[in-house]
Amino acid sequence: MEAESVISAGEAPPKAERREPAGPAVNEGEYEVIHSKSPVFYDLYERKTELKQQTHYCPGCGHGVVHKLIAEALEELGLQDKTIIVSPVGCSVFAYYYFDVGNVQVAHGRAPAAATGIKRACPDKIVISYQGDGDLAAIGTAEIVHAANRGEKIAVFFVNNAIYGMTGGQMAPTTLVGQKSTTSPFGRRPENEGFPIHMAEMLATLEAPAYIERVALSDNKNIMKARRAIRKALEIQKNGSGFSFVEILSPCPTIWGKDPVEARKWVLEKMIPAFALNVFRDRIPSVPKIEVPQRSVTEVLELGAEVEENSTSAARHVHHFKDVKIKIAGFGGQGVLLLGQLLTEMGMRESLEVSWLPSYGPEMRSGSAHCHVCLSKDRIGSPLVSQPDVLIAMNEFSLRKFAPEVVSGGVILYNGATLPADFAAPAAQVVAIPAAEIADKLGSTKAANIVMLGALLEETECLSSGTAVTVLEDKVKKVELLEIDRKALSAGRLFIDDQAHLGAVSQPDGFA
Amino acid sequence: MAGAARGNVVVNAEECKGCGLCVESCPPHCLELGAELNAYGAHPAHYTGHDCTGCGICFYCCPEPGSITVYRVKAKPKAVAVPGGEYAPAL
Repeated sequence: MEAESVISAGEAPPKAERREPAGPAVNEGEYEVIHSKSPVFYDLYERKTELKQQTHYCPGCGHGVVHKLIAEALEELGLQDKTIIVSPVGCSVFAYYYFDVGNVQVAHGRAPAAATGIKRACPDKIVISYQGDGDLAAIGTAEIVHAANRGEKIAVFFVNNAIYGMTGGQMAPTTLVGQKSTTSPFGRRPENEGFPIHMAEMLATLEAPAYIERVALSDNKNIMKARRAIRKALEIQKNGSGFSFVEILSPCPTIWGKDPVEARKWVLEKMIPAFALNVFRDRIPSVPKIEVPQRSVTEVLELGAEVEENSTSAARHVHHFKDVKIKIAGFGGQGVLLLGQLLTEMGMRESLEVSWLPSYGPEMRSGSAHCHVCLSKDRIGSPLVSQPDVLIAMNEFSLRKFAPEVVSGGVILYNGATLPADFAAPAAQVVAIPAAEIADKLGSTKAANIVMLGALLEETECLSSGTAVTVLEDKVKKVELLEIDRKALSAGRLFIDDQAHLGAVSQPDGFA
Repeated sequence: MAGAARGNVVVNAEECKGCGLCVESCPPHCLELGAELNAYGAHPAHYTGHDCTGCGICFYCCPEPGSITVYRVKAKPKAVAVPGGEYAPAL
């Protein structure tokens, strides 16, 4: 009976044409919808002005199926509103046009690293790293291995089609032995190109992952297994159990040069024998807890009771900012990095959140060096200061290099008697301080950075000078140097004070 | 068989890319590619009108998110005898 109704594809249909519109021509009273487009997908895809109903994938591409399985699982588990999908570089780069969830698209191979950051910042969100084989198994090998090793509580869906699809069919790390590609035109030769990488097996050697399975889009049965695996990976993340990884062997009809049905058979006949389908890991990892003592800053710094008084006086300092970003730049040996460390230590003692990020060349001394300092009342998201509120430029080179970055209304403190003649003042307030000369007169040119510190504190009042003295007393062991530093700090403050009185500032509208 | 089929499939012809995976995977072979072309230049699949069981496998094999909609006959509440002579729908 069934055989009678078989109509092979390609034959002209013997019956009247049924060209269905978007709306169903089905008796709604008698039938109910059991499978339709998931609400996790957008109704229309805004990627292009035309063809807004279709994905950009080739006919028969496995990505569409994986997208549908993920969408279905998110819908059924009620996770749509709390999901963030990290899409990779590769054919699935445009996943954000299709999934109506939070989306991030990241640099090639870095999806697990980005997903790590997102998951750690938003632990209640469901974070999916969606990657292809060129992305995950080649350029992003380090990222996936370490994310798996750390047991990040993310779900990774690894679509393996044994080829670079988007760039036109180059050999991938997962290309089968003997498989032809544009860069292995005679077939992959292990003696020259190595063997295919088995990512699922490789990650299963690690301790932390909770769930690792390889599935295939090769036939009906395996597609339904893939559906269960994807759902399980998301359930694991929903329960917060750990890292899950699903490798999906997927057809690439266009690049393989096969029609979609043949390509699906090729997955079954060629890929599955090379990449065994299996559950490689399915257990909740036992993670030993190592207690971290919760201590206050004064305890960590091993400060005694007498400093406790000091820190209370420091805490009385009113921080008039939410956060302040400082960049300190100069030559190595000018105390650039040390000045940053002093500021962060002062910030800690005044109960602020702080970060210090040094950047210096291999020269160590005489090379250019700079550091980024953040002082904040809130948690600091990134220690990188790309738009400083304050720039301390210890030399002309640093002034010219970093002055354009300073925010409008920011402050630039320049170590020099006068500004360079041709220096175009940016929209910031620029103060030239002959710090090196002042320090020299006090007995050590090295103290120029402390003169700048004094100037900074007087100019911006970001931290208390009392704290600066406390920190210097703690850090500077030589008595004579400490004395110079004290004087340098006062001299820097005094210089700004005098400038204010004289009104001798470079800003045409002046300041007080 | 038409009308008595347990299921029904509707293919959105403007969304279908004519890959033929649904035709290949349909267990009762009730889908086929049409002779006409859609805007995409593909021969979209359609339901022959016979034998659909509403299994939904074509939906899972189809790579397009919204191309295929699968229907199934609504379950009719069966009447069962209850010891007091009353009737109640079975669960």
